[in-house]
Amino acid sequence: MKPDTWKSALLSVLIAALFIGVWHLATLPKAATAQSAANDEYAVLLGKTSAKQTGFPPPLEIGKAIVKYLGDPFYDHGPNDKGIAIQLGHSLGRVGIGFLLAALVAIPLGFTIGMSPLIYRALDPFIQVLKPISPLAWMPLALYTIKDSNISGIFVIFICSLWPMLINTAFGVAGVRRDWLNVARTLEVRPLRRAFTVILPAAAPTIVTGARISMGIAWLVIVAAEMLVGGTGIGYFVWNEWNNLALPNVIFAILMIGLVGMALDHLFAMLQKWVTYAE
Amino acid sequence: MSAFKDPFDYRNRLGAGSCTCGKHQSQAEHDAVDELAIGADEDTLSQRVIESAVMRAIFPDDNKRRDFLRAVGKSTALAAISSVFPFGALEAMAADKLPLEKSNLKIGFIPITCSSPIVMAEPLGFYRAQGLSVEVVKTASWALIRDKVINKEYDASHMLAPMPIAMSLGVGSSPLAVNVATIQNTNGQAITLALKHKDKRDPKMWKGFKFAVPFDYSMHNFLLRYYVAEYGLDPDKDIQIRVVPPPEMVANLRAGNIDGFLGPDPFNQRAVYDEVGFIHILSKDIWDGHPCCSFAAPAEFVKQNPNTFAALYRAVLTASKMARDPKNRPIIAEVLSPPNYLNQPKTVLEQVLTGRFADGLGQVQNVPTRADFDPFPWYSMAVWILTQMKRWGYVKGDVQYKDIAEKVYLLTDARRHMAEVGIAAPKENYAKFKVLGKEFDPMKPDAYLESFAIKRS
Repeated sequence: MKPDTWKSALLSVLIAALFIGVWHLATLPKAATAQSAANDEYAVLLGKTSAKQTGFPPPLEIGKAIVKYLGDPFYDHGPNDKGIAIQLGHSLGRVGIGFLLAALVAIPLGFTIGMSPLIYRALDPFIQVLKPISPLAWMPLALYTIKDSNISGIFVIFICSLWPMLINTAFGVAGVRRDWLNVARTLEVRPLRRAFTVILPAAAPTIVTGARISMGIAWLVIVAAEMLVGGTGIGYFVWNEWNNLALPNVIFAILMIGLVGMALDHLFAMLQKWVTYAE
Repeated sequence: MSAFKDPFDYRNRLGAGSCTCGKHQSQAEHDAVDELAIGADEDTLSQRVIESAVMRAIFPDDNKRRDFLRAVGKSTALAAISSVFPFGALEAMAADKLPLEKSNLKIGFIPITCSSPIVMAEPLGFYRAQGLSVEVVKTASWALIRDKVINKEYDASHMLAPMPIAMSLGVGSSPLAVNVATIQNTNGQAITLALKHKDKRDPKMWKGFKFAVPFDYSMHNFLLRYYVAEYGLDPDKDIQIRVVPPPEMVANLRAGNIDGFLGPDPFNQRAVYDEVGFIHILSKDIWDGHPCCSFAAPAEFVKQNPNTFAALYRAVLTASKMARDPKNRPIIAEVLSPPNYLNQPKTVLEQVLTGRFADGLGQVQNVPTRADFDPFPWYSMAVWILTQMKRWGYVKGDVQYKDIAEKVYLLTDARRHMAEVGIAAPKENYAKFKVLGKEFDPMKPDAYLESFAIKRS
């Protein structure tokens, strides 16, 4: 086991190095085109004389952006220019609130649906219609009715986190082994106690899997939602740098989005391990 | 604190940092001793606060300020900056205070040079001088500006000149009475085409082109439609016009999604800077002196907060006054270029504001009137906008041109406040003007509309 982990880690590093190497070679500046008149005013106005970035940025530029932003993650230069940690904090806050609200609705509702085939069949068409709607399609409607861009962002996270958790909870609850329920019935366990001590632990792995999928989607959606609504958050950061066509900063933001997404997923993986049981 | 220090002394630091002379534990301690030594009276100090704010805005990097002062000397710098900057006027206004109904305000803006006056009023301290604490919030699109104003997330906002008219009429929006306080900017737009269309300078060759404009209810849309229609193209049939938020125009032009755009600066210049497009025609050559954006607020806000609104008026007009003077344009470019505001290379903003620019075809052009910031909200401008809205079918039926114009555009208030800050306002309310050489008489809007061959109504 141990040597294998080492090998795979080494391989990962090699792949990264190869990728960056190829990237570096591919973006090497072309042999300086003879700019005969370097002080030509036209060239100056096009920014040719200063170090202007043209074409796809080389890895070194990304490195500079990483050092610049991670070196001072908490700066606050007014409402439209904040450090990367503050932006990520705003995004995580929105995702957290939206996700918690979704969990508060999805898990109890999922329980009800899972325990009653009648309700399941009655609600099924609605779930099937609402599930495939892109969360961003809700945005104009949300802005119009909720009348607050920040809450609209949270609503979008809520609506997209809801379905995987709801469906997985219902599925997990419905799939609890008959024998266990029968044993509970023989022992005359009250319904509420049965829900918490028999069904919940039994369905927990499926529920957490649903939550993990939901969180993944929420993190995907928040970036798009913030690009649309603006103000704060990592999505706004990407949008603001896109305005300036500052690709190194955009790539840096992409990297951060990936890392945070991985961390969130890892958190749920640990939770999953904790609730999993062997039959 | 450092705000009380002489900002025209290169030895002083304005930002946070340790003591400048090195003899004291902290800068605060150093200052305390320093001030005792100077024995400065309160007035001088409060003046210094304003001066420091200005210097900090002009030179966000403290080292640059110090280099600048070291190079030209304190008295030259003071004279140069005082001559362009109305320090005196600011202090006079700060003295005259009416109780403000609301002093913490949120104002939305789109990161384009049109927004210069309302945005620069923040870093330069014009709002603070009026006792207002204003947060200028960058916004992703015009549709979002509209929604945030309707939702009362913004107290007032940067808006396209036709937007308040459309919103008040409930066209493309739920109806909300919105007033135009001032015009933000005049001219300053352009038609930019992708470099591959270098040889298609005649609009007759544009059949099938895809163009971007920032919003349906924008001068950009109406000017582009007017322009192509004058060359015999029907803007609804012969070309495609789509709405793209200004900041995304250059990216779309580069990707080949659009052939060109009639967009706000700095994105025309940015397309040139990034070598993806060239400037086909400046909007000033379509209609010299056309309005573009406005400073607008819901009528309800205007009614409920008269003193606050008057203070806002003065702050924004002070900024307009400063922005109109060509001498100040390089300073404005410097102030607006950081990420918190327009987030653009300084040279791009400078080319837009000074009118000495690269056109993307290898020429340096010199058009000092490329962008201007005349704040006067002529009723005739609103009437022209309404004629075009009717022409292209955005409004139908009989239009009460004058009634709507006089209800939405606050010309009388603008005139009064312009006098307060010392801007000469015209005496007339309506003026004739020429668009592509064709005269518009605001007294005869229907006849004007009849005279066009290509129209929807």
